[in-house]
Amino acid sequence: MSHADDLQGTRRDFIYYATAGGGAIAAGVGGWGLINSMNPSRDVLALQSVRVDISGLSEGMQIVPLWQGKPVFIRYRTPEEIEAARSVDVADLPDQSAGNDLLGDDAEATDANRTVAVFDGGEGVEPTFPEGALYVSSGLCTHLGCVPVGESGDFGGWFCPCHGSHYDTAGRIRKGPAPRNLPIPYAVLVEDTVLQLGEEA
Amino acid sequence: MAGIPHDHYEPSTGGEKWLHKRLPVVGLMYDTLMIPTPKNLNWMWIWGIVLVFTLVLQIATGVILAMHYVADTELAFSRIEHIMRNVNGGAMIRYVHMNGASLFFVAVYAHIFRALYYGSYKSPREVTWIIGILMFVLMMGTAFMGYVLPWGQMSFHGTAVITGLFGAIPFVGEAIQTWLLGAGAVGQPALNRFFALHYMLPFVLLGLTIVHVWAFHTTGNNNPTGVEVRRTSKEEAERDTLPFWPYFVIKDLLALVVILIVFTAIVGFMPNYLGHPDNYIPATAAATPAHIVPEWYFLPFYAILRAFDDSVWIVILTNWLTFGIIDGKFFGVLAMFGAIAVMALAPWLDTSSVRSGRYRPMFKWWFWLLVVDFIILMWVGARPAEGIYPVISLIGATYWFAYFLVILPLLGVIEKPLTPPATIEEDFAAHYPKSTGGSSSAPAAAPAE
Repeated sequence: MSHADDLQGTRRDFIYYATAGGGAIAAGVGGWGLINSMNPSRDVLALQSVRVDISGLSEGMQIVPLWQGKPVFIRYRTPEEIEAARSVDVADLPDQSAGNDLLGDDAEATDANRTVAVFDGGEGVEPTFPEGALYVSSGLCTHLGCVPVGESGDFGGWFCPCHGSHYDTAGRIRKGPAPRNLPIPYAVLVEDTVLQLGEEA
Repeated sequence: MAGIPHDHYEPSTGGEKWLHKRLPVVGLMYDTLMIPTPKNLNWMWIWGIVLVFTLVLQIATGVILAMHYVADTELAFSRIEHIMRNVNGGAMIRYVHMNGASLFFVAVYAHIFRALYYGSYKSPREVTWIIGILMFVLMMGTAFMGYVLPWGQMSFHGTAVITGLFGAIPFVGEAIQTWLLGAGAVGQPALNRFFALHYMLPFVLLGLTIVHVWAFHTTGNNNPTGVEVRRTSKEEAERDTLPFWPYFVIKDLLALVVILIVFTAIVGFMPNYLGHPDNYIPATAAATPAHIVPEWYFLPFYAILRAFDDSVWIVILTNWLTFGIIDGKFFGVLAMFGAIAVMALAPWLDTSSVRSGRYRPMFKWWFWLLVVDFIILMWVGARPAEGIYPVISLIGATYWFAYFLVILPLLGVIEKPLTPPATIEEDFAAHYPKSTGGSSSAPAAAPAE
């Protein structure tokens, strides 16, 4: 009698656990589908690269086009701004990594490493800017994503009004709560005065 | 725990009996409305009804606004103007909804600080308290997502900052932020889903309201003395309590009328006083408003977020201990959420044997200092993060944590509390002479007609 009861109990236990396990897996698979649907959709992902005409850019001027919904700073730096950025010792910077998508993670945050990439254009491209003058970086503060204001702050570069982060003229964080330099996206001159942001999909 | 002894619903007519056998809904409503309530409740016990009223007000006006609104980045801003200019009574409905959010937070902060003073969070009401904190968090989320919908400059850049908080989580932060926004940046997917959630969450709040009420109807209300209602017999319970209907309903309605007079004056004469002019500028990703601040009700927690940067020693220490995983940015985020989490833990952090702050001579001072601290944090949260302000934020944030993590546990040990009255009846009798209602027999309430 007890033997038969045990056997029945075991079978019931098995059915119970199998049902619960199956239900959990089904809920997980279904739930993941719902959660994953909130990730970026195909049309959002399709906007990976844009081309920006920078022929109208003159010395000391900045334009802020949107790339993947985010502002990008494109600036024609003055000789004074370049000089100010180059006179800084990398060892004194809070973030010493270049943060440049075209260079490796171990590249130092020298002014050259912060601007060099844009000259790696395609064949036959003749940049019309003096060396080191064209500056490209993300326009979002690395603290909490506000858009810093140009030509301001203690270092003459960018100042984020939200929480007081100061960037220098090479977009490197110098003071305030932001942890990193303004990241530099993939950016190349595909024509003399046309800049492509992001790699083509 | 046995409930407070009281009369239950008895169906009298044939129709009532018929329904009661099949669906005892009238009985449920009767027992809910007739719940024995401590008769010494003071004016700080009105906020619950104010909150329920505000939730219903927000749902009613919100559903109407949703009928005229379109969650599209190209249209959202102009649809709000459409509501303001074209829809019949639209400006009024929107102003009520906008300021209704402020009324909601005035009431919830009063409600929370009342609970903190009178020890309402203490055993056996921990579950009521935890559910309340959960509702508070949901309310903040709902209010934040609602603020995004007009798609003004503050909406847009506020969203960037707040979702950026999740981006600060080590390793997975960026993936979570992208998932929340449905894109690499704030845009159409974010607006669309925030609208869906802003519509849904109030109904979750409504459900949690029922659970919240159910929980304290099981334990019984706290009261200014913190002394429990006597449950040994119905007669004794009746000497401590009065039924919720009509006594407390009428009292709460009077308070609600006074509050609504002030509310209506604000809606009518200064509807944008609590808002920011920048949100009447259509959103653009290319420029952040010069002075970005959240709505007033988020300011204390925003101040705590900003208080911790990489120059604070505890941040430096944490950074070193975690091998750089927790940086100043993530520490600030942890502090902000932690400030709410420590509130949720209050039932276990408060070691005092006496519930009500009325009988705790030292506690009183620390409590009022917490209220002042809250107001200072609210003020400093609206100031720019420069000069003396981060220091004030840091001191304020430190006291907030110290109150819950150090002062509440220690006070229970070092403080010598006064002796609370033995019964609620005694407390009531000491305040009111017999002739004005201190009599022991509560009028028996008749069942619903």
